Amino acid sequence: METAQETLTAPAATETVNVSGSVALLEALIAEGTDTIFGYPGGAIMPIYDALFDYNDKLNHILVRHEQGGIHAGQGYARTSGKVGVVFATSGPGATNLVTGLADAQIDSTPLVCITGQVFAHLLGTDAFQETDVINITTPVTKWNYQVTDATEIPEVIAKAFYIARSGRPGPVLIDITKNAQIQLFDFAGYKPCDHIRSYRPKPIVRPQYIEQAAALINSAQKPFILFGQGVILGGAEQEFKAFVEKSGIPAAWTVLGAGAIPSDHPLNVGMLGMHGNYGPNVLTNECDVLIAIGMRFDDRVTGRLDKYAKQAKVVHLDIDPAEIDKNVKSTVPVWGDCKETLPLLTKAIEKKEHTEWLAKFNDYTRQEVEAVIHNELNPTTPEMTMGEVIKQLNEITKGEAVIVTDVGQHQMVACRYAKFNNTRSNVTSGGLGTMGFALPAAIGAKFGAQDRTVVAIIGDGGFQMTCQELGTIMQSGIDVKIIILNNRFLGMVRQWQELFNQRRYSFVDIQSPDFVALAAAYRIPGKLVDDRADLTAALNEMLSAPGSFLLEIMVTKENNVFPMVPQGCSVSEIRLK
Amino acid sequence: MSEAEKKQEFNITIYTENQIGLLSRIAIIFTRRKINIDSLNTSPSEIESIHRFNIVINEYEEVVRKLTRQIEKQVEVLKAYYHTNEDVIWQELALYKVSTDVIAEKVSVERLLRENGARAVVIRKDYTVFETTGHREETDNLINILQPYGLIEFVRSARVAIIKDSEGFNSKLREFERLEPGEEVIENEYLNQGEKVFTM
Repeated sequence: METAQETLTAPAATETVNVSGSVALLEALIAEGTDTIFGYPGGAIMPIYDALFDYNDKLNHILVRHEQGGIHAGQGYARTSGKVGVVFATSGPGATNLVTGLADAQIDSTPLVCITGQVFAHLLGTDAFQETDVINITTPVTKWNYQVTDATEIPEVIAKAFYIARSGRPGPVLIDITKNAQIQLFDFAGYKPCDHIRSYRPKPIVRPQYIEQAAALINSAQKPFILFGQGVILGGAEQEFKAFVEKSGIPAAWTVLGAGAIPSDHPLNVGMLGMHGNYGPNVLTNECDVLIAIGMRFDDRVTGRLDKYAKQAKVVHLDIDPAEIDKNVKSTVPVWGDCKETLPLLTKAIEKKEHTEWLAKFNDYTRQEVEAVIHNELNPTTPEMTMGEVIKQLNEITKGEAVIVTDVGQHQMVACRYAKFNNTRSNVTSGGLGTMGFALPAAIGAKFGAQDRTVVAIIGDGGFQMTCQELGTIMQSGIDVKIIILNNRFLGMVRQWQELFNQRRYSFVDIQSPDFVALAAAYRIPGKLVDDRADLTAALNEMLSAPGSFLLEIMVTKENNVFPMVPQGCSVSEIRLK
Repeated sequence: MSEAEKKQEFNITIYTENQIGLLSRIAIIFTRRKINIDSLNTSPSEIESIHRFNIVINEYEEVVRKLTRQIEKQVEVLKAYYHTNEDVIWQELALYKVSTDVIAEKVSVERLLRENGARAVVIRKDYTVFETTGHREETDNLINILQPYGLIEFVRSARVAIIKDSEGFNSKLREFERLEPGEEVIENEYLNQGEKVFTM
């Protein structure tokens, strides 16, 4: 085996080695730089797992407790490392359990290669044991998928899978491999990475005339405003973006997934966009004269009511995906392309400016927001703790250096609003799909993707119970993940909406929880319950200085609302402070 | 309401790789948005291994433009275009099965068929199959004409359409086979100021 492996990785096209489809797959993964796989074995993927037994030294396989946990871990890994997350699952239920994660990765542009086992090719369509039509089930939620029924296809298909997953606008790819193809022996001629598919254009060509037009608009603008999203991070264009912002002097606000592309305390970072974003960025969207959207897709949670969104503004939209241009908001100038390429061109073409008065307007709104919302959220006088003050304390200890992984709901909005990010790839959350249960497994993957960083998962009491089986993965892998459960004894976000819009008819939001600390203890993970403000800082310190994983359950106000808020169906300028 | 704001028939032309599952990947782009496909034809193009889809839907141009971009975004789609009926020459083929006795009896039927451009494909003792090609109204019209004479069976194909102002599209398509195709081939030109629908 050892000698065979050495020969295999060498790209000697003339020599071939007789190997199984499974071995060819693992060799392909190694050639693509894969070091970690999140997976769960089963009947139809057994030949691959059998081959994996001999690859322990090269591929670190993490046994998860549920395939959904596996794929969310793959997403977390991809988000912190910038590499392609790799996930293994068996056929049938194993594969269908991936669907939520695929949908999440598709909408949040996360690069994944998922390998699913499939029944023998001759059994396809016979309703065989654990057979399901994975290709058709996953078509709407994958960037590309393909079924392999012959081992000889494997090297080329895996090369395509990685190329498609990571290039252009990244996304999830699923490769379904029938059991016979996993077993079949064939002459493997070495692995060739893919760098071209004739029907696939990952990046549109940058058109100089659009750069010129955009620069002219920006130069003539009195009240320009930048909105940035994850595209900046996915393009690895953080430096280029910073240079653009600093030369233009334009205030910049972020979408949830764009957080961290520029440090939180950068003077031109004016805060978060959208439904629970900051006051100024929302209100002033409807006052700016030129809106410069960079690597963001005008999600409805960002725009609020579309027919009252930035109607006064000329829109410059930078995006790598042509289908995003004019999808929700009509652009005046579409700047197609990878922002890593377009931003430097734009920076070169614009004049150096300062928009002092305009920026002061944002600061003025910040003052109003601090007074009406933020001060009380971060420094409450109530006996019960708020989610905001926990984040504030955490910031003071981590100094904005930690990776923050959040689930979905009130705690997510609070964490995104108040957490400090000094670095890119630090905010891992389920943005587009809003997948409760995302955070715990994603935090495991996030840590594997950034082993030298502190990873803190912040999760609600509801979401934690959706994937808490992954405590088993933490136990077995020995990974160091800090877990904070912000327990308000409610499904808080739905309760907030029921309070505000359904006359406090609290329909099925009153959720009971187990003793989370005891649950962690059952998995041999130390933990602590904090329900007194006086203990908060010490407990956070204890958690962060613990040698391994640690679970902190923090009891917070039962009925607290996240504000500001743009109610659904309202314009961003109708944002409410209470 | 201006012309552009009205729902109308659009012909979507898609060049794709010949790949299992691609039909479903394209179809769900419509079904996800609850848009009915009125006609769908898929067939190998003039270039080996490249297939051509012709899809007809009745929608607003704004919707069609977005759909076309979503289609073109698919990995195995080479190009997607949309055109109004005025921009294309289109045809549908129809077959009509009628009792041979009736035709023999009534001379007028044969005249009617000839007037409508139909030709006999099969003539048997018991039935005759006529074929005609044309626009939907034309093939519909012949159904109405034949109905009183005992139309036994009718079938119509999906629409095929050729784009009026395509210049050298065949040669552009061939460029895809090169590793580095020219800029105009790989770019989507329909974004260009929006004054024209898909130009080539």
